[in-house]
Amino acid sequence: MTNIRIIPCLDVDAGRVVKGTNFVDLVDAGDPVELAARYDAEGADELVFLDITASSDRRDTVYELVRRCAEEVFIPFTIGGGVRTVEDARRLLREGAEKVSVNSAAVDNPQLIADISNEFGSQCVVLAIDARRQPEGAEVPERFEVFVHGGRTPTGLDAIGWAQQGEALGAGEILLTSMDRDGTRDGFDNVLVRAVAEATNIPIIASGGVGSLDHLVAGVVEGGADAVLAASIFHFGEHTVAEAKAHLSSAGIPVRPVS
Amino acid sequence: MSPSSEKTAPKVAVLDYGIGNLRSAQKGLERAGANAHLTADLEEVLEADGVVLPGVGNFGRCVDALAAHGVDTIARKAASSGKPFLGICVGMQLLFDGSEESPEHSGLGIIGGMVRQIPGQVKRPQMQWNALHQVRPSPLLTGLDGAWLYFVHSYAADLDVTASSSVVTATCDYGGPVVASVQQDNIFATQFHPEKSSEAGRKLLTNFVDLCRGGTDGA
Repeated sequence: MTNIRIIPCLDVDAGRVVKGTNFVDLVDAGDPVELAARYDAEGADELVFLDITASSDRRDTVYELVRRCAEEVFIPFTIGGGVRTVEDARRLLREGAEKVSVNSAAVDNPQLIADISNEFGSQCVVLAIDARRQPEGAEVPERFEVFVHGGRTPTGLDAIGWAQQGEALGAGEILLTSMDRDGTRDGFDNVLVRAVAEATNIPIIASGGVGSLDHLVAGVVEGGADAVLAASIFHFGEHTVAEAKAHLSSAGIPVRPVS
Repeated sequence: MSPSSEKTAPKVAVLDYGIGNLRSAQKGLERAGANAHLTADLEEVLEADGVVLPGVGNFGRCVDALAAHGVDTIARKAASSGKPFLGICVGMQLLFDGSEESPEHSGLGIIGGMVRQIPGQVKRPQMQWNALHQVRPSPLLTGLDGAWLYFVHSYAADLDVTASSSVVTATCDYGGPVVASVQQDNIFATQFHPEKSSEAGRKLLTNFVDLCRGGTDGA
């Protein structure tokens, strides 16, 4: 029923793509806007920019990124990282972002989800959840705990319950990252994805661990994801978005064809 | 119309009433060949060759924002002026009599009918790319039957697609046919976001800009 979206994710620090990419034909491989335009041309369905700039000039660099993107990228893009207030969201949306994602700030203040959703609509609020498996204890079964601050800080929150609370508060979508799998290239944690997808009725973006095109298929078939996010397999030229779409399509998964 | 005048950029007024993502609509129209500007000024709007009413988020909040900026009156005047008028997403929904999303708010009533929640056992919002099924000819949709566009919405116009008087020009399939675009004389509207729909969206906006030039060039 759902046409599955393929979403490249770009980590951006002070206006530059972190770790770079190795597209040899890009003029500036560290320019997120040039890379984003490339993904648009390749058939990416959406983009996520995760701004990890720590310095105090963060705001200026991210707004500049959004302004330039609005001129050169004509697919929806989400900005995450450092969105802490309704005013942060207002400016990012006004400059051209389709959605904003909230993570740590929403854990600190869940009302932030409702405030942004009420102001601009649920379709522009993505709740980003970083979850980690917590082993079975003497009295508790294995569970998924929400972590914040880049996966370093445990919150005590159960990821499934937090996803449900986020939906109830007005999130329009959940970007669900397995911190156990992130960077491993072992594939999504599809048990986690399935658990959250079944507990909610909003789209789920599976994230964390993609190392092959089969992993994208598994996120949909085993995890029940509505969209699949990946970074390195695209950035380092191992696979194009078009190849990913062809692979999903050959597995019987509906995708927007690459024109 | 002479070939030289076809190359000039028509002026398109994007109605600015303080909501959401107007810059994308403006940039998308510019990419399609328009001289697009954001405005809530009646004279500027009436001087333009075409008018776009964007909209995102909650129907009632958009109705309130239209009224607060006086853009409800401007939109009605622009729609009745005969110049090409394009509503996008909630900007489409605002053209109808009202929406189930905010029963206490009235729409602009420019096109008859109501907006209701997408029916059936589907995830809401529909947040995906989907294929257009054209059901009636419309110059806005030239070359776009079967094209994929980006949708994000939980509500849609509730119209009888099959009635001979229907304004529906295209549907998409989301648990059944969902109204994707309409045309009533000079008034066009899309539930999807052409400004976020890559090349297919550019084609649609180019069709609109051609209409603003005073007709298609026959290409």
